[in-house]
Amino acid sequence: MHLNEFRKPQDIDRVIKFLKKIDRKIKIMEVCGTHTMAIAKSGIKGLLPENIKLISGPGCPVCVTPSEEIDAILELCRKNRDLIITTYGDMMKVPGTNVGESLEKLRALGSDIRIVYSALDAVEIAKNNQDREVVFLGIGFETTTPGTILALEEAINNNINNFYIYSMHKLVEPALRALLEQPDFDIDGFICPGHVGAVIGEEGFRFLVDEYKKPSVICGFEAGDILIGIFKIINQIINNDVKLENEYKRVVKTEGNKIIKEKVEKYFKVSDDLWRGIGLIKNSGLKLKKEYEKFDAITRFNITLRENNKTTACRCGDVIKGKIEPNECSLFGRLCTPENAVGPCMVSSEGACAAYYKYLQF
Amino acid sequence: MDEIITLSYGSGGKKTSQLIENLILPAFACNELNALSDGAILELDSNKFVFSTDSFVVSPYFFPGGDIGKLAVCGTVNDLAVCGAVPKFLSLSLIIEEGFKLEDLKKIINSIKETAEKCNVKVVTGDTKVVEKGKGDGIYINTSGIGVLTHEFLGKDKIAENDVVIVTGTVGDHGASIMAARNNLVDEFSVISDCAPIYELAQCILQYGNKVKIMRDPTRGGVATTLNEFVEGTEYSIEINEEDIPVSVKTNNLCEILGIDPLYSANEGKILAVVDYSIAESLINDLRNIELGKDAAIIGKVTKNFPSKVVLNTNLGGSRVLTKLTGAQLPRIC
Repeated sequence: MHLNEFRKPQDIDRVIKFLKKIDRKIKIMEVCGTHTMAIAKSGIKGLLPENIKLISGPGCPVCVTPSEEIDAILELCRKNRDLIITTYGDMMKVPGTNVGESLEKLRALGSDIRIVYSALDAVEIAKNNQDREVVFLGIGFETTTPGTILALEEAINNNINNFYIYSMHKLVEPALRALLEQPDFDIDGFICPGHVGAVIGEEGFRFLVDEYKKPSVICGFEAGDILIGIFKIINQIINNDVKLENEYKRVVKTEGNKIIKEKVEKYFKVSDDLWRGIGLIKNSGLKLKKEYEKFDAITRFNITLRENNKTTACRCGDVIKGKIEPNECSLFGRLCTPENAVGPCMVSSEGACAAYYKYLQF
Repeated sequence: MDEIITLSYGSGGKKTSQLIENLILPAFACNELNALSDGAILELDSNKFVFSTDSFVVSPYFFPGGDIGKLAVCGTVNDLAVCGAVPKFLSLSLIIEEGFKLEDLKKIINSIKETAEKCNVKVVTGDTKVVEKGKGDGIYINTSGIGVLTHEFLGKDKIAENDVVIVTGTVGDHGASIMAARNNLVDEFSVISDCAPIYELAQCILQYGNKVKIMRDPTRGGVATTLNEFVEGTEYSIEINEEDIPVSVKTNNLCEILGIDPLYSANEGKILAVVDYSIAESLINDLRNIELGKDAAIIGKVTKNFPSKVVLNTNLGGSRVLTKLTGAQLPRIC
């Protein structure tokens, strides 16, 4: 299969033609950051009439990581100069509460911070540096948790004693529920994240339809997938036929991935967690179970989150909640750019602000 | 600017520009430097020369399709070529880390020799320093080059509406090959660096005289960044068509896996040029007759629709802005 098959499927011109004729106001939320980037990169927003709005949701892992956790990571780095921090690249430039501080800066000042593509690479680093402690920053949703589990199992099986996971993993459903419960939430339908779907299955999104009556389509990540998703959502709205559809059948099955679901349950406990812009959401995070605390960076380094009351003009929170478009923030493009970002939505390659800044400022 | 230098300042994108414009240019401003082209044009006793320099810190120093030695010659010689010069002389400075294998050094020197011969340039002066273990990453090389200016008409001030943008082959291959080597993906993707001397391509383009407006070799920051350099501060925009941009299947696949964009990935054997529309097709035919230019293509045109910006028309019929590279290219999470 070649990607272009999904990027520009044969009948896509007909779909675009149909969408261009829609004249009612419709707001659709794409939950996932990868969807946000694909939409911006493929120019989909420009193909839709102005009355169809695509709003980015809380699905960029870096963006929803609260400043309290970023500050805790930076403090961990500063206090333990011998530590090796391993992280996905996206975290490098996220600023902490102290202006100008980020992992990228701390690395330039001498901290040993390494970008990894896979959590397993972090374990490899631990194996090769047995006289030093290695922390892996576990961020992301259901999609990145399996990678962290692989790393944890590798560390357990090889009896590695210098590898720790700082689990900041989050769950999508509780965040969507928190948004849907907000009184002014006015989204008409959801483009559901396909890769999360691969783990939790179609059924993981059923609540959107059954409990909240929102048209929902699980989508793949190529432009064609997304356009067909939008087409299906709008058809549901027009025909008043709310249902859960799966456009990404080539990857997402009804029940999801049983093995991963079992392993998540084996290693993690569900806990209340802080989300940027949304605040504390009940049962929305994953922390390592007590049996595995030997590998838990939170226990080993006594990481505590310090409440952050600093007010800033940054409106990442409102962007994440779908309340405003990035360019409605007063900092956007002036005081907040990818080079000097104030909020994480501008830093992360999946962030709504970065997508808007990079691709849509004509 | 930040109070410390981070890796982003070396990416060839926006922060590199900031560093040059805010710190380096004010200190050394002169006509030769101010043009900020790939090489400086120098006039000595009514003879005109082009002078250029480049440092090479590539890691790993052996990569699919080349090594730091070949790159060090091509990099500087190519800069001279796209300035409209015939490359003549090179300097060669080696900074070697204590413990470096002689066998590797021999390979690198041999590669420099072969490439210099191919480019018809002589290495005429040099320097060698050895730094303590841990103070360098194996080997760094600096080369400077001098060429005789034969075509003096090039400049971004020559760009006009309806001009055409061409590229001499597939984009992003060097950056992709380095990423493959760094991530142990060479066998899976067999992406090969395009590192090569481009003098022949440059001469082929220059035969069209002043119908050629400007040429660059789009190295760090990739095609997107170089296109931005062509139009920034002007009343013109460049609009390119996604479906016309040649990207090899191997590079495309690797970029998809690693979450990087071929348009921001470095090239080391390509030329990006803006030319008058009247010669574009004939030029492409000529380029395609050269082995290194067989995938040459027209990728877009100069318009006045979005002053100082570069816009990409996507395969779907939508469009988006292409900015300069911001920060370093970082892999996406999922």
